[in-house]
Amino acid sequence: MPRQTFVLNGRSVTVDVHDDVRVLWVLRDLLGVTGPKYGCGINVCKACTSHLNGRAFNPCSVRVGDLRPHDRVTTIEGLADTGEAAGADLHPMQQAWLDRDVAQCGYCQPGQIMAAVALVRKVRREGRSVTDADLDAIRNICRCGTYTRIREAIAQGERRM
Amino acid sequence: MDATPASGIDRRSFLGFVVAGTTLVAAADLLGSPAGAAPGVPQPAELYDLNDFLTEAATPTANLITVTVHDDGTASFELPRMEVGQGITTSTAMLIAEELELPVEKVRVTLADARPELLFNQLTGGSNTTISTYTPIRVAAAVAKGALLEAAAIQLGDTVESLRARAGVIQAPDGRSLTYAELARAAASRTTRPVRVRLKDPAEFRVVGVGHGRIDARDAVTGRKRFATDLRVPGALPTMVCRAPTLNGTPRRLRNKRTILAMPGVRDVALVDTGVAVRAETFGQCIEAIRAMDVAWADGPVAGLSDADIVEELRAAELPLPALPDTPLAQTVEVDVLFYFRSNSAMDTNAAIADVRADRATVWAGLKSPITAQARIAEALGLDQDAVTVHVVQGGGSFGRRLFFDGALEAAKISQAMGKPVKLMWHRADDARVGRGHPMATSRVRAVHAGGQVLAFQQSHTSVETDFRHGLGEIITARSADLPTGLGNLGFAETVFELTQEVPYDFGAITQTLTETDDRFNTGSMRNIYSPDVRTAGELAVDRLAEAMGQDPYEFRRAHLRNGRVRAVLDAVAEAGRWGRPMPTGTAQGIAIHKEYKGCSACLVEIDCRPEQTGRDIRDGVGGPRVTKAVFAVDVGLVLNPRGLEAQMQGGINDGIALALTSSMHLRDGHFLEASWDNYFYTRQWNTPPEVEVIVMPSDSGQPGGAGEAGVAATFAAVACAYARATGEVPAYFPVNHRDPLAFRVKPFVPPVPQSPTNGRKLAW
Ligand code: FES
Ligand code: FES
Repeated sequence: MPRQTFVLNGRSVTVDVHDDVRVLWVLRDLLGVTGPKYGCGINVCKACTSHLNGRAFNPCSVRVGDLRPHDRVTTIEGLADTGEAAGADLHPMQQAWLDRDVAQCGYCQPGQIMAAVALVRKVRREGRSVTDADLDAIRNICRCGTYTRIREAIAQGERRM
Repeated sequence: MDATPASGIDRRSFLGFVVAGTTLVAAADLLGSPAGAAPGVPQPAELYDLNDFLTEAATPTANLITVTVHDDGTASFELPRMEVGQGITTSTAMLIAEELELPVEKVRVTLADARPELLFNQLTGGSNTTISTYTPIRVAAAVAKGALLEAAAIQLGDTVESLRARAGVIQAPDGRSLTYAELARAAASRTTRPVRVRLKDPAEFRVVGVGHGRIDARDAVTGRKRFATDLRVPGALPTMVCRAPTLNGTPRRLRNKRTILAMPGVRDVALVDTGVAVRAETFGQCIEAIRAMDVAWADGPVAGLSDADIVEELRAAELPLPALPDTPLAQTVEVDVLFYFRSNSAMDTNAAIADVRADRATVWAGLKSPITAQARIAEALGLDQDAVTVHVVQGGGSFGRRLFFDGALEAAKISQAMGKPVKLMWHRADDARVGRGHPMATSRVRAVHAGGQVLAFQQSHTSVETDFRHGLGEIITARSADLPTGLGNLGFAETVFELTQEVPYDFGAITQTLTETDDRFNTGSMRNIYSPDVRTAGELAVDRLAEAMGQDPYEFRRAHLRNGRVRAVLDAVAEAGRWGRPMPTGTAQGIAIHKEYKGCSACLVEIDCRPEQTGRDIRDGVGGPRVTKAVFAVDVGLVLNPRGLEAQMQGGINDGIALALTSSMHLRDGHFLEASWDNYFYTRQWNTPPEVEVIVMPSDSGQPGGAGEAGVAATFAAVACAYARATGEVPAYFPVNHRDPLAFRVKPFVPPVPQSPTNGRKLAW
């Protein structure tokens, strides 16, 4: 079986698994990294949102064989170690989620937070800040309906990032 | 329920137990029956509702609730209820912290395994948790505090009366102190003994009533919170099921078993009554296997049928409305609304881990009725009920679905068939199409007015059967004799209807009836049972009455409400939402009320139905009219955690908007079309109101009300009324977009699950 190597939350990992198994299952079923959640498997719910080389991606829709050894995959478990937390236990976006008490059942929230961080990074690259239109365009679904507090938390997280 | 004092005089004095143990264990024992008010005029739900009923059913075994104090100074409690996001572990920790005088952070609340001895006291439904556990939990915590004080009195050589407990420390007047950690073992009892305790006066509450963040929030934001599919049980490999192309179809034969077993990662396949199960090293390999399966199927019971057939069936089942009062000059207002099927699929799909052996079985799942699940699983496996251990895991949302145990039962059958432990997860496509939903229903309202007065208000609700075979049914059967007004002679559904529905207006002769038909669908309650639909049809009729009588919708409601608390929430939203402010054409305000669960609510929304909104082009989603603002006021009685209550109402607002505008299931040719979140349009960020205000009403009530479902009905009704006012037309069906051309390409039924894409790298952003 092919050996797959990539960087997961700051550490190089190698797994024996076929090329076409999607990264989500490699993370969850083989490596036991369960922060990224399954909600659809077809890149529409965004519950699995994580980062690939610092940008938002959906591991349910990437074959593990398409990862290269130097590719950096960051899941919610590794978010606080990305440097943006400045030594704190939590990333500023996670702290904002706590301060706004956003989570209800919590199932979608790792994906929501990872998407929120990617959004702030994206608008910064574009030299601007998060607008209402950006918030409206977030595709992560929350069946508990926590959208109002998500919007408030992103505003706080953006200020402190 | 009314608190039941043991003394009959002091309403805060109760009996409890210090239970034998090596560390301090305190239990609540509530004897005697709570005061169920005598039934009478004009509608049962007004005086004795579903919650009184559930609370009363829970009372005889409530004594088994225990709080344990450990020698590290923490307290723990196993809640015989299910946390699905509604915040009951947090509010329970707050109650214990309050009575025990311990910081909330030092209280651990976990979910109890199925405990058959609890009989009816382990069902999480009808927003009843807080109502039925409020007193027993406090009594147990107070007993624990009392035992700690007694132990401290002995060690400090002082009297209990002069000691003070605060923040986990007991202090004597001379400044000496002992911590709960130091006292936990000393306070333990070798025998079980009854004690009398006096609960805190609510006026002295310091924790209860103050907003508190969820106790599991940190786990949720760090990815540490564990749901059923996150658990690791040795040997429990990923398992999925290939399902029939028609709803509830059954497998006859897997024609290519050898090919499937030879696929990468695949370990086992087995035929069960619901489909063909496959167990593999990863869920991805299960999906590949399902897609490759060649299965002979037997058609399900609704093969060939579509929406229109079921509508026709409902229309045929409708009963004539009662005769009208024979009043000259009387005028009639009628509303007739159709509600299509809706899905209660949560983000966390039906899932369970099962390890079935020859003589015993263990199951892990998110279950709101674990005792019934345990009994049914035992029955299916041919085991004794006590040979089946059921661990209750937190669920990623429920909205009614986890009252059932479809995943747990199926996992147990598969594990038995394969002879191996399995971690079963439903694919989203199955969860959406085959999972339970809210039944299709019609609601007809006829109101009669003459000379400025409403003389009669009749509502007749006709619905595809709502399945209550998850334990609530058993409760009703077992307790029906105790129901007031001869309700016990009705079926489950009619009983629930009678116990939940109420028209709180002075509208003369009021009748509300329910007729149910057709049990072939997978149904259940959905963040409330009948109320959102019944209330929406009712409030649309109220708007029409107001119009016919030349009155403003808000003033008209105000003038006719029988209940001061409902009037107060209505006034609150009208003021905060600036009712009546001028609105551009194509936009409108809508206002509505709801009363249930010992509480009441009102919602005011503003909707924008102009083409800029309805014409929005959204990839894999629908825009439609936008609710631009929602103001919601809720009075649940005593509020345990205002922060959690606000969150529940915010969630309910999004549910109400989805029901009115975007989310439904299309039945076509024997199956539902919607197979994922790009087909089933629950509210998304582009639909949610940019402006949301929740007003938690102050209350002098000593009793808390339910909250998990309370946000939906008034919102659905307010959005419906606003839509009717903005467009000038009362919708004939909900959601209003159901008959629009489908906004998605229908995913295939064979194979039943879609392939995962591979282009995710390119889409990184
Ligand atoms: S599971 Fe990856 S987007 Fe839904
Ligand atoms: S918090 Fe439950 S799905 Fe988002």
